[in-house]
Amino acid sequence: MIPVAFDYVRAGSAEEALAALAEHGDEAKLLAGGHSLLPMMKLRLAYPSVIVDIGRLSDLSYVNDAGDHLAIGALTRHRDVETNDLVNEHAPLLAQATAHVGDPQVRHRGTIGGSLAHADAAADHPSVFLAMDASAVVKGPNGERVITGADLFGGFLESTLDPTEMITEIRVPKQTGQGWNFQKFNRRAQDWAIVGCSVQQTNGSAQVALVNMHPTPVRAAAVEAALASGANAADAAEQAPEGLEPSSDLNASVEYRQHLARVLTRRALNEAGIA
Amino acid sequence: MEITVEVNGQSHTADVEPRTLLVYFIRDAVGLTGTNIGCDTSSCGACTLHLNGEAVKSCTMLAVQADGQQVTTIEGLANGDELHPMQQAFMNCHALQCGYCTPGMVMASVSLLDEIPSPSEAEVREGLEGNLCRCTGYHNIVKAVLEAAGGAQ
Repeated sequence: MIPVAFDYVRAGSAEEALAALAEHGDEAKLLAGGHSLLPMMKLRLAYPSVIVDIGRLSDLSYVNDAGDHLAIGALTRHRDVETNDLVNEHAPLLAQATAHVGDPQVRHRGTIGGSLAHADAAADHPSVFLAMDASAVVKGPNGERVITGADLFGGFLESTLDPTEMITEIRVPKQTGQGWNFQKFNRRAQDWAIVGCSVQQTNGSAQVALVNMHPTPVRAAAVEAALASGANAADAAEQAPEGLEPSSDLNASVEYRQHLARVLTRRALNEAGIA
Repeated sequence: MEITVEVNGQSHTADVEPRTLLVYFIRDAVGLTGTNIGCDTSSCGACTLHLNGEAVKSCTMLAVQADGQQVTTIEGLANGDELHPMQQAFMNCHALQCGYCTPGMVMASVSLLDEIPSPSEAEVREGLEGNLCRCTGYHNIVKAVLEAAGGAQ
């Protein structure tokens, strides 16, 4: 399978990438690791006429201790996130979930910023982003803005980024010593989750996000509300599908996804230390 | 677009369309056909090669992304007639049946041992989750990787 022909621009800096996006607008797509974009282009589900390759912007690959949060460069590859000491110490949920992304070859190429910008509700990172209440630093023609949590996700496979903007950094609040867990259910190794669940405890309250249970990445608001009003983990987890609209496909019916959401949420809560 | 890629220590320059996938550049422009195309959807791992020493799936990379980089293919592992220890271990353990997945399996296994020099059996199985063997010959493949790591009986 070969993508539709396109013009190729290799950006030497974030500024060059932004200039190319400003010039080409909707017609252009950023290429980071390429492990979401290229498969879509090969299937011709995406056919940008200009590809702006930002894969060599090594100054956007880093993990820094920024006091109350970790600052992670958007072009940090999954493997580097997964094995980073700071991530394992202060954001273990992110480290664990990243180890479940694709397979080693995919993790050598795919980037955290690319994964979030792709905004796939079936991907692992958006649920971690939501459960950890992380933020994305976004640069565009009008300067820089910071988008936190669910505000990053607009619709099915759609972020709230403007076509002329790019994510430059992910900010993950430190959660040292707090309970956390990531659950993922799939039928084959390396597959997307049929359903998944991220749980992050923060000073007594629990933030719960689900994978592949809604057209967008989503927090399990009903579970969080039940826990906040004193329900135990098993009862709260029963609320997991509440208000959500999972899809039905070859892997699972709506009912099966709802069942998985309850079971995986209960397991994730228990593993995170919530009884 | 003209690109230059160092493949198995030799510099190769070619004019490619930006949409050319790395695996086609390696097979058609460089002429090394040991790297197989299997699923063509980054699932099966048959096209695995090393980019700057790390295993990647060459069906999910553009050749232009490898411009100026170092690529090692299955042809670049052996030292003359002397097989790479991983190739030798695959031979010793009969870790191949039809052989189609083998180049990708070997390249992924070498990369795995670079990252985890003494893996457990579970780590080998997990580390090779990006490579499918449709003969289902996994048992001997895992044995071979453990032998190459020096952990086999």
